[in-house]
Amino acid sequence: MSLRTPLGRARGLGSAKEGVHHWWQQRLTAVAMVPLVFWFVVSIAANVGADYASMHAWLKNPLNASLLVLLLAAVFHHAQLGLQVVIEDYVHCHAVKTASIVAIKLLSIALGVFGVVSVLFVAIGG
Amino acid sequence: MAEFNLPANSRVTEGKTFKAPAGAKRVKKFKIYRYDPDSGQNPRVDTFEVDLDACGPMVLDALLKIKNEVDSTLTLRRSCREGICGSCSMNIDGTNTLACLKPIDDVKGDVKIYPLPHMPVIKDLVPDLTHVYAQYASIEPWMQADTPFPPSGERLQSPEDRAKLDGLWECILCFCCSTSCPSYWWNGDRYLGPAILLQAARWIQDSRDEATGKRLDDLEDPFKLYRCHTIMNCTNTCPKGLNPAKAIADIKKKMIERVV
Repeated sequence: MSLRTPLGRARGLGSAKEGVHHWWQQRLTAVAMVPLVFWFVVSIAANVGADYASMHAWLKNPLNASLLVLLLAAVFHHAQLGLQVVIEDYVHCHAVKTASIVAIKLLSIALGVFGVVSVLFVAIGG
Repeated sequence: MAEFNLPANSRVTEGKTFKAPAGAKRVKKFKIYRYDPDSGQNPRVDTFEVDLDACGPMVLDALLKIKNEVDSTLTLRRSCREGICGSCSMNIDGTNTLACLKPIDDVKGDVKIYPLPHMPVIKDLVPDLTHVYAQYASIEPWMQADTPFPPSGERLQSPEDRAKLDGLWECILCFCCSTSCPSYWWNGDRYLGPAILLQAARWIQDSRDEATGKRLDDLEDPFKLYRCHTIMNCTNTCPKGLNPAKAIADIKKKMIERVV
């Protein structure tokens, strides 16, 4: 039982003075993914049936490698932002919520870095 | 996690049926949610048969007829019976609306009437609105200006600036929108909900108010404002035809305006 006043409860811990950055980044990455995903799908479709050597050459092209790195960065950043919102919406146990958000963020960074490094390995390494 | 099932003591059971008087020609069934926390019993749905030839055209007319002539324990809020006071907001035929503005003929089949969704119920169709009212108080819904009151006796506003308040001032705080919003259902303790955010927008858009920045500061929060995911239930359900979703989008735009 709480004898806190309704206004005290409604004000809670006050404003976090945060959220606009998250919202803006989610929109920016979404807009960025429109041309990037279009380019990716068209490129893959154009290379359907290609052998290892031609795909290798495709990825060694600096423009293709750059766009793929940008796509990976946008996808994982956007996914992480979106999943955070889903968790905040539905998970109400504070400990589970915090743990889930931290896990999502670390996992996204790890997978994103793995993807980017893989691209660079092929593009630069050989 | 979010609760998708009602707790055992909130499961709704079948209630009593009250037949229409003999000889009634146009009979409509009203299935009404009944709950009395003092009784210790689960909520139930009672069925009232109403002779439409002896009843006014609106759902509120039927409810008052039932209360006056059949079962005086039926509990509901109502006052103006013309869509201005916002008291008789409830869930009719699956949509939150005002009983006084909802024609009975608009409902195909039985008329199912429940209290506003996901609010604590005080009795029957009366929800506990303490928290939404407190949230309303928390946005400080009054004019805030440091400039002393001008000797002319009024703070002036151009017709163009006044026009920005259209679509906002008409809100009667019936909370049909907030209680139709899934985001408000899951996080109503912290999310302010469409009704309160539309009211916040009403003061943010007011050219005479000098606390715009402070108001935006107070709203910038992942929960208070950004739980809105543009689901649009608020706009669909508003019995006054207002657009709370747009009011919230305009607040988000203002947030961006001062960053980018």
